[in-house]
Formats: sequence, structure tokens, C-alpha cells
Amino acid sequence: MRQKSIKKILISGNEAIAEGAIRAGCTFYAGYPITPQNELIGYMAEHMQDRGGVFIQAESEVAAINMVYGAAATGVRAMTSSSSPGVSLKQEGISYIAGAELPVVIVNIMRGGPGLGNIWPGQSDYFQATRGGGHGDYRCIVLAPANVQECYDMMILAFNLADQYRNPVLILGDAMLGQMMEPLNTSTKFVIKNVDKSWALTGCKDRKPNIVKSFYMVKGDLEKFNLKLQKKYEALQAKEERWEEFLVKDAKLVLVAYGSMARIAKAAVKTLRLKGKKVGLIRPITLWPFPKQAFKKPKDKYLVVEMSYGQLIEDVKLSLSVNAQVGFIGRAGGGFPSEEEIIVKANKLYNG
Amino acid sequence: MDKIYTHPRALRKTVTHYCPGCGHGILHRIIAEVVDELAIREKVIGIAPVGCAVIAYDYWDFDCSEAAHGRALAVATAIKRVRKENIVFTYQGDGDLAAIGTNETIHAANRGENLTVIFINNAIYGMTGGQMAPTTLLNQKTATTPKGRNAQLQGYPLKISEMLALLPGVKYIERTSLHSPQEIIKTKKAIKQAFLNQVENIGFSLVEVLSPCPTYWGISPSQSLNWIRDTMVKEFPLGRIK
Amino acid sequence: MPKITVDKNKCKGCLLCISVCPKGLIVVDKELNSLGANPVKFKTGGECIGCAFCALICPDCCIEVYK
Repeated sequence: MRQKSIKKILISGNEAIAEGAIRAGCTFYAGYPITPQNELIGYMAEHMQDRGGVFIQAESEVAAINMVYGAAATGVRAMTSSSSPGVSLKQEGISYIAGAELPVVIVNIMRGGPGLGNIWPGQSDYFQATRGGGHGDYRCIVLAPANVQECYDMMILAFNLADQYRNPVLILGDAMLGQMMEPLNTSTKFVIKNVDKSWALTGCKDRKPNIVKSFYMVKGDLEKFNLKLQKKYEALQAKEERWEEFLVKDAKLVLVAYGSMARIAKAAVKTLRLKGKKVGLIRPITLWPFPKQAFKKPKDKYLVVEMSYGQLIEDVKLSLSVNAQVGFIGRAGGGFPSEEEIIVKANKLYNG
Repeated sequence: MDKIYTHPRALRKTVTHYCPGCGHGILHRIIAEVVDELAIREKVIGIAPVGCAVIAYDYWDFDCSEAAHGRALAVATAIKRVRKENIVFTYQGDGDLAAIGTNETIHAANRGENLTVIFINNAIYGMTGGQMAPTTLLNQKTATTPKGRNAQLQGYPLKISEMLALLPGVKYIERTSLHSPQEIIKTKKAIKQAFLNQVENIGFSLVEVLSPCPTYWGISPSQSLNWIRDTMVKEFPLGRIK
Repeated sequence: MPKITVDKNKCKGCLLCISVCPKGLIVVDKELNSLGANPVKFKTGGECIGCAFCALICPDCCIEVYK
């Protein structure tokens, strides 16, 4: 008998994000070219208009994020994408989006920093992504895919969460993930959750005028609004933590890594297991809300693996209620810890 | 006896936060009158700037969005692109449109977005306390040009309307003033034209309005009107630019 | 005879209407309004022509004109 074949296409992470977004109902995209995410804007340019959406190559990342603000204010699903220096430019707009409670998806395919840095993979924007990034007490929901399939599948989650919570959602990838090509199964069914958007700007026919804003000058109003945001963030923390566990149950040492770094860490775990070492991996999928529950029953030892110099490790330590031993290995600026380097470090920690 | 002049429907009946004699109030009313006359209140979407008019949406009685300082035309671009059936306009001061938002302004104009832009030029930054604007006149004293604007240090008053007129995407630009009832009538006519152009899909239309700021010009409201008439229009001549 | 009415509690006392009235029919009210300003008032008995200049220049939309 013939087996039912699943159609797969070979596609880059950047393109998978773009295709996933369109299938998730994104009908507005504005962006500005920057390496290493140019395949994403290119894909949008090629497909958006033909599939009923709007594509704009903006004059800057600043303009792009504000265009997305405008589109989202009318109630459509809107997205922009960039890479580290460009995402820094977008921070003003992201703060306004959080302040106006607009559902927007922003993609950051991280590269090396600070400054112009380079175009190689990095995870050095972790703090910027998870702490808000712009001015004010706000948080973005941050999702970190680790392979091309996830790049695609995560887009429906991103848009649904953005709509449900009226909050910006950040997809945090890196140059490795954006550029790599892998087979993608596009048969996943995307369920677009339609939410009430009676707040949207559509013209005030048969209703009172709507106003989209983040400005509260009457004494006490801004504090009230901030408390409302805090409540939303508490709900997010309670309901939306996501992570993957790999061989954690009996592990004495647990590696913690996200995104493409987690793939290398997973390879290290497999190799160590072959040598009889009880090692596992926790891969945060939501970087904010950080999966604190994954650390509820602490192990003896953790090893945090990053393409940055000690950013993810802060959240790991904050999530541990007891004094576990937390080791660290990280490289940045285009370098990343290799499987061998991780194994050496893990062995030291494991045996020590 | 008939009421021949009354409060427009599209303007809320509230006391504004503007200083006595400020031109924003006049301009808000004119826009509301035009919206009423074109019967577009239910489909208009206004974009308020950052500057003195930041809470213009508290005064107009139709859908509005706030935009970050200078970004009104980026926000408006997207709204109009996804909702062609709506009438979208921005209301921006000289700092918003011609300093921090110059990039957004030029590129929205160059793309020929089918938008209406109301540009208030009062040659000063009012909200922050009377600092130099890109349109501040030479020798004009402000909080940041205490000895008067000096071309060698601060450059020249920026004529952004003339600059924008060079772009093929721009279809209509007129400069008007609020310094007399006659000029206010002309301003309303120009603003109506700029809205009509959008209704008829003609394209990017901008009206620059010279407007009094008695508080930071340091003169009385009526002297402010005279200053526009006698001094400001020499640098910013009135009439159709494109 | 044409006339105007002034919403005195919206008037901020900028006096622009006085500066444009061709017949000099608008004067300052000595009584303060709820904004703490001296508003303007219409002087009845004059030759108002209903030109509406006052309403056109009023930044606070407090004047209505009847003809």
C-alpha cells in the first residue's frame, strides 16, 4: 500500500516566518531591509499583495513600526521584522504599541552587537526583548523558535496571543535560524481566533468615536492604566509559559538554552547521555513570560548556554527558589559555544 | 432670525486646554466644519501629533489615533492603505512635521499617499515652552535662541511646503493664514479642497497654516495676528504652492 | 437686527473678536467667568451687520451669530 505522503518544502527560517504570518491572517507588513532577515521582507514583497494584503517598504525601521501601529489600530493583523540594530530603532514604536495596547507582531532575527556589530548569529538582544526595550513599564510576549518548522507554526500562536492580550509579540530568532533551510510541513491547520475589536478605528458610524492612544494626563489615570497592564502581565505569566523539556526527569544536570543555541545544547545532551551522564535540557519557548514553572522542582545543577554574556542566566536564577549550582557558558559577537565546549563545561560541572 | 454661525457637530462642546488667542482652536473648528460639510464624520480618522495639539482627539468628535512625535504620516499611511474607504488626515505642528518627522513627511509625500495633511506653522515649540522650531524666523527670540535665530548657528527657516512641492507624488499644497477673518475663510476653502482631493482619490494634499502663538511670541493675541500679517508672511508667502 | 451670543464660560478673554468687529459692538465683561477670565459680551442696541467675523476668529468657538 502506498503511504500517504506529507508534502514538504525546503525553505529558510526567514521565509517560514513570512509564510506562517500570511497563513495566520497577517494582512499588513511594513519593513526596512537589514541583514540577516532580508529573505523575510523579500518573501512579503513577493506574496503579500497577491494574497490580499498590503506590503510597504518603509523609509526606516522607525516608520515601519509606526505603520504597523497604524494598521493594527484599524484591527488588522500586522507585522514588521528586522534585525538587532533595526529593532533598537523600533523601540520607541514598540513602547507606544504596548501603551496603546495594540496587537502587533515584531520579528527580530538577531545579529552580533553592540552597535553595527556584524551579521552573524547572536542572542545579545535577550534583555532588550524580555525587559521591554523601550521606555515605560511594559512587556512584550517573546517567542523563541528553534527550527524552521517552529518558525512557521509559531506565527499563528503569535498573532492569536497578540489579539487575545492586545499586546506586542516579539519573535526572537537569530541569523542561524533565519538563514538555515530545512524541510517544512505546511499542512498544520492554523486556527485564527477571532476576538472582539470594537476598539478599532474604522470610522464612528453608529457608535461613539474610538481613540487609540497612550497619553494619560489626568492625575492618577496613568497609574491606573499601568496597574491594568500589570494585571495583564500577571495573567500572561500564569497562563502562557511555554517550554520544552528533554530528558529532564532523572537529570542531575540540566542545560538551559533557547533558539538555535538549544539545538547545539541538545546535541551535547545526547552525547553526554551516551556516556551515561544524567543530563537534560530545558528550552524556554516563551522568553517572556519566562517559564518559571520549569524550575519549580529544582535540580542540583544547571548549565546555562547562550550566544550572549549572561542574559538568560538571570531569569534562570530568578526562577530558582533554592540555591542550585548554576554554571554558565556563553559566547557572542558571532561566536557560539560548540557542542564540544558545552560538553567540557558540562562534565566539569557534573563531576565537580 | 436664523442662526448663521454655530458650533460644528464634529467638534465637542468642551473648553480646550489652549492658551487664549491660540490658533489651534480656530483650526480645530475649521476642520470640524469641513468634516460636517462633506458629511464624512462617520468615516474620518484623524491622527493627532505630539505637541500642543496632542489631545486634539479630545476635541474632535470622530475616530482618532495618537502618533509618536513625528510619526503621524507613517501611522496615517498604514490606516489609509488598509482602509481605503475611510478619510484619513494628519494634524501636525512644525516640530512634528518638519523636524523630528521630516523623514516620514517626505516619504509619505513621495509615495503619493492619498492623505490630507494639516500643517500648523507657528514658528515656535509651544508645548515644551517656546523653543526654536525649524520654521522660526531669523532673529526671532525663543527659549533656545535667546539672542535670536542666527543663520550661521541655527540655519534658516525651513520651507518644507516648497520642498514637498518638488515631489511628483504631491498633488496639492497651499499656504494660508489665520491672521484675519478673510484669511480664515481662505484657510477653510483650502482645507476643504485638501479633503475633497482625498475623497476623489487625487492624492497627497497639504495645507500649511500660519497660526498665532501669543504666549511664546510674548505679545498679545491681536498683536500676534499683526505679526503674522506684517512679518511672518514675508518669509512664508501665502497662496497656492502646487 | 442681526446679533451674536457669547458662551461666556468658554471665553478665555483673548479679545480677538473685539479686534475684528467692524462696528465695535463687543466689549469686555468686568465680571470674571468660571475660567477666571474676563469674557467678552455683546453690546446691544448697536448696528450689528451679522458679518460673523467675531465667530470666525474666535479660537474657542463661543460665538453664535443670528441674522
